[in-house]
Order: sequence, then C-alpha cells, then structure tokens
Amino acid sequence: MGENPTPENNSPALALTRWVPDEDVVEVQRSPAPGPARGSWRAFRETARGLQTTMMRWFEGTNTIQYPEEKVPVYPRFRGRHKLHRFEDTGLEKCVGCSLCAAACPADCIRVVAAENTPENRVSAGERYAAVYEINLSRCIFCGYCEVACPFDAITMGHDYELSDYSRSDLIFTKEMLLAEPLDRTPLRREGE
Amino acid sequence: MSVLGVVGYYEPWYVQIIKAIVIFAVGLQLVPVVLLAERKIMGRMQGRYGPNRVGPYGALQPLADILKLLTKEQFRPSTSVGFLFALAPIISILTAVAAFAIIPFGDVQDIFGTPVGLYGVDLSIGPLYVFAFGAIAFYGIMLGGWSSGSKYSFLGSMRGAAQLISYEVAQGLALVGVIFTAGTLSLTGIVHAQAGMWYIVPQFFGFLVFLVAGFAETNRAPFDLTEADAELVGGYNTEFGGGKFASYYFAEYLNVLVISGLVTTIFLGGWLMPFGIDPPGWVDPFVVLFKMSLVTFLFIWVRATLPRLRYDQLMSFGWKVLLPLATLNTLVTAVLVTSTH
Repeated sequence: MGENPTPENNSPALALTRWVPDEDVVEVQRSPAPGPARGSWRAFRETARGLQTTMMRWFEGTNTIQYPEEKVPVYPRFRGRHKLHRFEDTGLEKCVGCSLCAAACPADCIRVVAAENTPENRVSAGERYAAVYEINLSRCIFCGYCEVACPFDAITMGHDYELSDYSRSDLIFTKEMLLAEPLDRTPLRREGE
Repeated sequence: MSVLGVVGYYEPWYVQIIKAIVIFAVGLQLVPVVLLAERKIMGRMQGRYGPNRVGPYGALQPLADILKLLTKEQFRPSTSVGFLFALAPIISILTAVAAFAIIPFGDVQDIFGTPVGLYGVDLSIGPLYVFAFGAIAFYGIMLGGWSSGSKYSFLGSMRGAAQLISYEVAQGLALVGVIFTAGTLSLTGIVHAQAGMWYIVPQFFGFLVFLVAGFAETNRAPFDLTEADAELVGGYNTEFGGGKFASYYFAEYLNVLVISGLVTTIFLGGWLMPFGIDPPGWVDPFVVLFKMSLVTFLFIWVRATLPRLRYDQLMSFGWKVLLPLATLNTLVTAVLVTSTH
C-alpha cells in the first residue's frame, strides 16, 4: 500500500489489470441456424403473429382524446396562466406592488408600476398597490418563481394552458385580465388521481 | 345467351370509348376510398381514429388533401431537368391507369341489346401487358428521381430499379404455373378456368410469391425502399410537390388496386362466387370489388405491421427465396400438367 505500481516493479496487481488479447472474447451460445423449411415456417409464423398483434389493437379500441372537445384534467399544481387574487371578504387586491415577482422572474416578463393607496382610492390592503401589472405571456416560461416570491400570495399559477393568440401584443396580459376568472375552466383532477 | 363465356370479345368502337371513360372514372373514384380506408384502418391498428374532422367520419379528407395539393405552387429545383421532371409523374399515372384497363370486372353482359364485356380490354396476352406497363411504370420512378437533381431522389430511384428487376422475375414466374393450368393468357379465360376451384388452392405458392412480389412492385411497405422516409427523406418523390406529387400518390394507390385486381382475377376466381352460387350478371362487378377490397385490406394491414426491410435483405429475399420458390412451383406444375394431360 502507498507505493505506485510502476512497470519496473511488475507487481501482481498490475499483471492482473494488463490487457491480454483474445482473453476477453466470450463464446456466444447460439442455437443452430434453422434449415430452409424451419426457417421459412418461423418467418411465416412470426409474420402472422405480427399481423395478429396489429389486428388486436383494432379490437382494443382507441386511446385518442378528442382534444378540443375532451380535455385531460390537469393536476392541482399544474402551472398554467397566472392569476391575481383579491381578498374574498373586502374585495381588495392582495397585490401591494412590491415588484418582488418582477425581480424573481428569470424571463423578465413581469412589469409592475406601484402607486400609493389613498383613503378615497383604496385598491389594495397594503400601503401601495399595483397601478400597472402586466405579464408578457409570450416571454413567460411558467417556472412559478413569481408565485414563490410573492409575500402575500397575490399571484398564483392558474390552470389555463390554451393561450395561443393571433398577435404578440395580445399576449401581454393586464391586471384586469389577470384578476378576472378565466372564461373556460380547465378540468382539474384530484391529487391522488 | 350465346355471348356469355366468350374469351377475347371485342365490342364496337363506341362501346369501347364509353367503357374506357367508365373504367377511368371508377378507378379515379376508388383511389380516394383506398386512401381514406388506409388512413382509417392504420389509425385503428395504432389505437387512433384516423382522419375524422373533415366531413362526416372524415369522409372528405381525401378531397381536402387533393385540393390542398393542387392549389400549391408549382416549382422545381434549379438542378432538375425540367422536361423529364414534368414527364415522370405523367408516365407513372398513365401506366397505372393503363394496367387498370385489363382487370375484368365481369363476363360479357347483354346491356341494352349490346354485348359488353365488363373490362377495358380482354387481351390474349393479359399478364404480359401488365408486366409491360409495370416495367414502363418504373421509368416514372427512375426518371422522376434522376431528373430531380437531388441525391436522395437519385438513391431512391436506383433502389427502385434494382428492386423492380429482382421482383418482376419472380412475379412473372409465379404466374407461369397459373398459365400452364389455365392454358390461356387471357384474364377472362383464366377466370373461366377457375370455375371448379380457385387457383389459390392448387397454386398456393404461386399466390404467395405473386402477392409478395406485388408488394414490391407497388413500392409499398415492407418494400418501400424507394421512398424510405427515414433515410431518404421521401425517396424518388422528395423534390415533387403539388399536382406532380399528387400524381405519384394517385399512381401508387392505383397500382395497389391493380395488383389487388390481378390477385383477385388470377388467384381468387375473379367474379366467380364460391359454392357454385351463380348470381345474375350485374352482381359480378361487386363480387370483384369485394375481393379486391379484401386484398387491398391485406396491403394496408401488412403496411401497418411489418417494418421496412434492409436493402440487402430485400435483395437476398428476392433472389434466394422468391425466385427459387417460383421456379420450383413452375417446375412442379409443369410436370403435373404434362403427366395428367
């Protein structure tokens, strides 16, 4: 132990690791090749078995989900389009315009402009509120970091995933759009399902 | 009726023109049906529905496909040979339609007092005519691939050449046994000779060889090496688009129908019904169409099942299996026919 094996000292450990040609060739056990009669019977049988396999799929029925009509339910933790939330009792917005979500966003798709709440114009529960809250969904990577960063659970990831649109500017979602309930409710599945 | 059972009957010229138009129209209508059937059946065999959006049960899908192809821009690569590039799909479609003409859909019938044979033309050299047009059809693929000026197309068409030569020999030999037994080259004559027993029973190996060679002739899976999507992009038709591609597509499916019709005529008794049932003459075309649809279903079924052969497997299968089998079948049939007559 401790001494490095060198070619000169020719230790038994080194001799064991040295590669000897033809020593690592392993005999493969194969059954004898089938004759013409047996071989053609085998080919015929296997072809028939393949045909049976494909025909059985027909009788099994289809696995297709007819997408626009039928939808696969999403899991509760599915990260779809964002939602902004209000307090249920007072109806005030939870967002206080702190911009932590914008800071956490790796895709830089959130823009928040904060303004002060006044007694006449009270929008949020905190000191300030988000005057402008925009998410550019054509940049968003749906990582959910904004949800993690938010100290008031004001923004969460919703379940909507049908977000295609005809122009890029239509994909910039404003605060009103994010606060509103989505028009089409995405089917949801239970956690254990 | 005295005209029934006539072999090689020729009608007046106006009947022949009407027949040509009817057969072309029927062939034209059958192709979209096969196209849709293939996509539906393959879908079911892969656990899908197949096309079901365009029209009821997707019935208008072939129409939509063809409309889309015909309205596409006509273009060709700058390296292509323009004249041949335009000619090649025409050759393909022409030979397919021409071969369709000799498939008998029924015997000579009395229609409005005129005896009419329910076939395009009843040649005394039926199978030779098919092989002749099959050989010319290869020029459609060969010229299409070569004139594209693309290496993938060229490779595809070269493979097509080798494949066609290998399999046409076996296909021809597979029919020799039938011709010995029937004693005629006329396709209606061959059908009449099957009155007692369809040739699929005494010529079973001929049937197998002809069917397998037919798969190779039509460049269908598992012998679709000419268009091997995975390695050659699209093979000989890589550079073709729009109407030209539609022509190739049409020709491929019409060839499937032609081979189905030939198998029906030569081995499955044509318009004859089993168990000696002798329906009135107008049923004959439907019997033939039913049998053809069974063979076409087999084509689709095999396409959904078998993977594409490697090129050397294709060659060795053609020369080492099919050709000896066809030769042996011919020899045995010849010995039996000469010893019993």
